[in-house]
Amino acid sequence: MKPLRNMMEKLEPHFKEGGKLHKFWPVYDGFATFLFVPGHTTHKGAHIRDGIDLKRTMITVVFAMIPALLFGIYNVGYQHFQAIGQLATASTGDIVMYGLMKVLPLIIVSYAVGLGVEFGFCIAKGHSINEGFLVSGMLIPLTCPPDIPLWMVAVATVFAVVIVKEVFGGTGMNVLNVALTARAFLFFAYPAYISGDKVWISLGGEKAVDGFSGATALAQFTSHGPNITNPVGQPMGFMEGFIGLVPGSIGETSTLAILIGALILGFSGIGSWRIMVSVFAGGYFMATLLNLLSSSFPDNPYLTVPAHLHLVFGGFAFGAVFMATDPVTAAQTAIGKVIYGFLIGAFTIIIRVLNPAYPEGMMLSILFMNVAAPLIDYYVVQANIKRRLKRVTVKVA
Amino acid sequence: MSIENTTATLAKKEKEALFSAKRRKLITDPLNDNNPVTVQVLGICSALAITVQVKPSLFMFGGVLFVVTMGNVIVSLIRNLIPSRVRIIAQLVIVASLVIIVDLLLKAYAYDMSKQLSVFVGLIITNCIVMGRLEAFAMGNKWWPSLLDGVGNALGYGLILVLVASVREIFGSGTWLGFQVIPQPVYDLGYVNNGLMILPPMALIVVGLIIWIQRAKNTKLIEAN
Repeated sequence: MKPLRNMMEKLEPHFKEGGKLHKFWPVYDGFATFLFVPGHTTHKGAHIRDGIDLKRTMITVVFAMIPALLFGIYNVGYQHFQAIGQLATASTGDIVMYGLMKVLPLIIVSYAVGLGVEFGFCIAKGHSINEGFLVSGMLIPLTCPPDIPLWMVAVATVFAVVIVKEVFGGTGMNVLNVALTARAFLFFAYPAYISGDKVWISLGGEKAVDGFSGATALAQFTSHGPNITNPVGQPMGFMEGFIGLVPGSIGETSTLAILIGALILGFSGIGSWRIMVSVFAGGYFMATLLNLLSSSFPDNPYLTVPAHLHLVFGGFAFGAVFMATDPVTAAQTAIGKVIYGFLIGAFTIIIRVLNPAYPEGMMLSILFMNVAAPLIDYYVVQANIKRRLKRVTVKVA
Repeated sequence: MSIENTTATLAKKEKEALFSAKRRKLITDPLNDNNPVTVQVLGICSALAITVQVKPSLFMFGGVLFVVTMGNVIVSLIRNLIPSRVRIIAQLVIVASLVIIVDLLLKAYAYDMSKQLSVFVGLIITNCIVMGRLEAFAMGNKWWPSLLDGVGNALGYGLILVLVASVREIFGSGTWLGFQVIPQPVYDLGYVNNGLMILPPMALIVVGLIIWIQRAKNTKLIEAN
């Protein structure tokens, strides 16, 4: 640590006012405060300072994502060797190695491009760099299928960071979730690479076994109802979905790994447990409701899928824990959070079941509710004002 | 006495040149400083709907050019005959007739294009640029400046339309005006056309980016606050 610190201190004068590299002060400042706790003190007005700042918040979310990331890496390899029929002979090392080869480039591209854009904007505008992208940069690869071309991820990242974040004023000012926007961009711009039956399992150019099908659980729900199989034809149920050795986006498959992250976020208070719980409640409620209606719509087998399966397959858990809880784009009031989460869950199930074009609805319903969140907050606050105002007038009268 | 005086000054006033600096401004202003799409933010619906390719947007530009120019001239010629309480309805009748002419011409001579533009030809009548120019300019000016104003605004509209359509067609379909501009080797390397460019939301985003660039270059457009 000591030599690093000395180096940073030696470099500092160059970036200060009047130094040769003053233009790049935001870059220096960003790195210096990332490495060491800054010595800044409050010099204007009274503030309550906590040990927790934006960096600590962001890094906690990244830690919470690590179980899902590690599981995702393993699962990419697992699905690969299962599909080509070599699962019995492949060692754990082979599986993890294959997964790393697929996932690491995605993460590197996402971080390099996103941080590059962010640094560029900060230098151009003279802002200080903040860590908003640390989480987005990890979320973007986790929501992609393993074989997506890297340049597409780069284009989507640039689009999301510039159009959704920087245009609105940078971290903390965005209306939509940045990582989800990147995914929505990929989904609408390059649908052949992020939807359908072919993209979720990385075959790596090798021949799949007979009877192989790359359809995800959600795609099978649309045609078979709850009777689904894994890629090699074995039946799948709640436990398979919960553990997560199933085809899907890299980070979304394992509800178990995501729940570990949810515990970290919930107990540290970084992610709102209200939102997480209400998303699951909303999804469970709507799926049960549609279940009850299923006999009236015999030609849509998706209605017969029981609620607990909805919650463990697809991106439901991932969206509920990591996307919906984004403090910038979610509702801010406590009651607002519950409404916001509940509607996300309910809309997700409605889109999944009733719109045959989209077997998954988590992305669209979170983006939709991102837009609606300020409205929810407005009415919650107004209701509170009205309630208290009533109390006041009664006393005066 | 005073009336005589005014007529005298009017008569004495030199005849303004056909393309005086003031009149040239009528054409050049809407191209940048007072662009109907990017500054006044009018006519957005059609800018979103028909800018997937360059060709239909050129036809749309032609239609709007005809309607807004002719409308301006006609309204300006009869502006003193229109009672001001029914002026909107009178303007509407004129615009509607002109739009029907455009629609029938397209149907007769460019049927494919008429199909592709479909309802948006008829919707020129609701294009705020047309009504806006009639109401704001033609009702208070002579026919020649009104004609120039119509041409200028249609050019400003068409310029943005073609810019947006170019971006969308090049990145969405790899072509420009129907010609392949992204060469085959690039596709062989793994490049794929961007499907989002073909969807309407991207038109809005492209218009937004054009406004961004315009305001960055033309700082007098930035509001004081």
